[in-house]
Amino acid sequence: MLDIQNLTAQVEGTNILHGINFHVKPGEVHAIMGPNGSGKSTLSKVIAGHPSYEVTGGSIDFEVNRKKIDLLSLEADERAKEGIFLGFQYPVEIPGVSNLDFLREAFNEVCAYQGLDKMEEAQFMDLVRQKLKLLEMDEAFLHRDVNAGFSGGEKKKNEILQMALLGPRLALLDETDSGLDIDALRIVAKGVNALRSKYNAIVLVTHYQRLLDLIVPDYVHVLYKGKIIKSGDKSLALELEKKGYDWLIQEQH
Amino acid sequence: MKADEKMQEDYKYGFVTDIDIEDFPKGISEEIIRLLSSKKEEPEWLLEFRLKGFRQWQSMVHPTWQYCEVPPVDFQALTYYAKPKSKKKVDSLNEIDPELLETFEKLGIPVTEQKRLMGVAVDAVFDSVSVGTTHQEDLEKVGVIFCSISEAVKKYPELVKKYLGTVVPAADNYYAALNCAVFTDGSFVYIPEGVKCPLDLSTYFRINAKETGQFERTLIIADKGSYVNYLEGCTAPQRDENQLHAAIVELITLDDAEIKYSTVQNWYAGDKKGLGGIYNFVTKRGHCLGKNSKISWTQVEAGSAITWKYPSCVLIGENSVGQFYSVALTNHFMQADTGTKMIHVGKNTRSTIISKGISAEKSNNVYRGLVKIMPSATGARNYSQCDSMLIGDQCGAHTFPTIDVKNDTAVVEHEATTSKISADQIFYLKSRGYSQEKAISLIVNGFCKDVFKTLPLEFSVEAVKLIEMKLENSVG
Repeated sequence: MLDIQNLTAQVEGTNILHGINFHVKPGEVHAIMGPNGSGKSTLSKVIAGHPSYEVTGGSIDFEVNRKKIDLLSLEADERAKEGIFLGFQYPVEIPGVSNLDFLREAFNEVCAYQGLDKMEEAQFMDLVRQKLKLLEMDEAFLHRDVNAGFSGGEKKKNEILQMALLGPRLALLDETDSGLDIDALRIVAKGVNALRSKYNAIVLVTHYQRLLDLIVPDYVHVLYKGKIIKSGDKSLALELEKKGYDWLIQEQH
Repeated sequence: MKADEKMQEDYKYGFVTDIDIEDFPKGISEEIIRLLSSKKEEPEWLLEFRLKGFRQWQSMVHPTWQYCEVPPVDFQALTYYAKPKSKKKVDSLNEIDPELLETFEKLGIPVTEQKRLMGVAVDAVFDSVSVGTTHQEDLEKVGVIFCSISEAVKKYPELVKKYLGTVVPAADNYYAALNCAVFTDGSFVYIPEGVKCPLDLSTYFRINAKETGQFERTLIIADKGSYVNYLEGCTAPQRDENQLHAAIVELITLDDAEIKYSTVQNWYAGDKKGLGGIYNFVTKRGHCLGKNSKISWTQVEAGSAITWKYPSCVLIGENSVGQFYSVALTNHFMQADTGTKMIHVGKNTRSTIISKGISAEKSNNVYRGLVKIMPSATGARNYSQCDSMLIGDQCGAHTFPTIDVKNDTAVVEHEATTSKISADQIFYLKSRGYSQEKAISLIVNGFCKDVFKTLPLEFSVEAVKLIEMKLENSVG
C-alpha cells in the first residue's frame, strides 16, 4: 500500500530525512519510535504533503484498489482525498467555523472526489452521532469552533473523530497519545482499533509503550537521525521501554 | 481555465449597457446646477439647497487626512447628470426600456413586478435616475412611502424639506457638499408611526455611463415605533477610467423606531494592476432622535478602487442604540479607509462596533473609528472589536481608533486583533481534503461570521459568495 524508497527531505535547508525505506501493507499497524528530533513527525508530514518540507530524493508510492499513485506528485488535499489521513500532534484552531460544518465539508469533498453522491443531511448526522458515540463525545462538541478553546485531550479526540468519519486507507497518527489522560487514551485507542481492517493500515508515531498496549502493532521501527536503524515486532517496543534508545544508537557507531 | 481567463471573469457585473444616455454638458458650475434643477423640475427651495451646497464646496479643499492615496479628481471632466433616454415619462414598470430591464435582470435584481422576489421591494437607480420602484401598492396599504427622492420632492415636499440635510449638512465634508450641489436621485423611505414595514426594502445602484459621477442621496425616516429592514447593493461596469461615486445616506429614527441598513458593495475595483475602478466616497449617518430608537449598519465592502466611508450614529434619544458591523475586503491594489463614528449624546445610550478587515495582495485596509461620549451621555456604553486579517505579506492593515470620553459614568471597551492566515491552518484543512481556495474561504468566513450573521439571509449568501470570488485568485 505504502512504498517509500530511499526518501530524503529537508526543511529550510536542513536535511532531516536521510534515506528512508518503509513499506506498509493493507491491514498492518506500524509504530514509529525514536528519540526527540529524529525525524518522526517530519516523515508523517512529508507523506501527507506539508509544503514546508522539500523532498530532495527518493519516492513515495501509494497503492489502493490496484491503482498505484506517485504521492509526491499530489497536493496535500489530493493525498487526503486518495485516502491518507494525518492526525496532528498539534491540531490547528479555526475560529468562527463550527466543527460540524468543518466535518461535513471535508466529508463531502472526499465523497465527491471518490465519485460518491453527496450524503443526505439526516444520514450524515446519523453517521456523525455514531462516531461520537464510539468516541464517547458529547454532541455539543459539534457546535463549537474547530479546536478553538479545546483542551489537549479534546483536540486529540477531535482528530480521531475526523479520522473515523473520513475512513482513510492509511492513517498516520503523530503523537496522538501525548497529553492524554488514561481515559482519553483508552477512548482514542478504541477509535483507532475500530478503523482497523484488512483494507486499512495505521502508522503510529509515539514515544510510549502505553499506547502500544492498547493498539498492538505488527511492526515497530526506530528512527534515528533521519534513518530507520532497527525494525522488529511488538517485542522491540517492550525492549525499548526497558532499555531506552542508547544501546541501539551505540550499535550505530 | 487559465488564471488570466479566470481573472477576466472575476467581476461578472462588468458589462456595459448600450442605451442612449441623455448626457449633460461636462463640468460643474452654478449654471450646470440650475440646469440640473430645472431638468428635474425642482422647487425653488431645493435649488437654493443645491446652490448653498455648491458655494460651501467651493470654499473647501480636498481633505488629506485619509490613509489612502486619492489621485486628484478633475471635477470639470465629469458629467453630473446621466439619464437613460426614454421618449416619455415612465408611468409604470412595463414601459421601462427593455434593455435596461435586461441589465437589471443580468444583475439578478427583480425590477419587474411579475418577477417579484419574496418580500423585497426594490428601487433601482441606473446612473443618475431611479428607474422603477416595485411593490408600491403593497407598501401604500400600510402607509409606507418608498420612492425615488425626486418623486418624493414632488409628492411629499414637507417631509423631504423637514429632514433633508439635517443629518449630513453640506458643511460636513468636501464630498457631502458636492453631493448637496449635484445629487441626482436616490431613494426615499418613510415608515409611519407604529408600522413594521411588511417587506424588506432594497435599492440597487448601478453606474453605467462613462465619465459620470453618481451622486445619489438616500433619506430614510422611521417614525415612532416603526421598523424597516433596508438593503443596498451596488455594481458598475468595468472601465479603465476611474469613476466617482459620492453618495449621502441619512437615517432618522424617532421614539422606539428601528432601522436596519445593510450594504453589499461590489463596485468595480479596477483590474489586477490597479487600472480603473470606482472611487466610493460616501457619507452615511443616522440620527437616533427618539428614545429607545435603534440604528444598525451592516456593510460588506468588497469592491471599489478606493472606499472611503464611515457609516455613523448620533445617539441623541435616551436609551438609543447604534450598531456597526463591517467586513471590508481589499485585494490587488484596492484601498479602503472605513469605519464608524458613534456619538453618544443621550443618557444610557449604547453602541457596538464589530469590524473585520481582510487584506490580500498589495492592498491597504484601514479601520478608522471614533467613539465619543458627550458630557450629557450619563451611563453610556460602547463595545468595539476591530480584527484584521492579512493574506500574504505585501498588504497592509491599520487601525486608528479614537476614544473621546467626557462623562465619567461611561463604559467603553475596545478590543483589536491582527492575524495572518497561517501555512499550518491551510495545511491542516488541506490534509482533510479541502482545496487551497476552499481552505482560505473557510478561514475567512469563520473570521467574518459575527458580521455575516447580522445580514438578512439572501444577502449573507451573496456576501459569502462575493468574498469567495474575490479571494479566488488572491492566494497563491
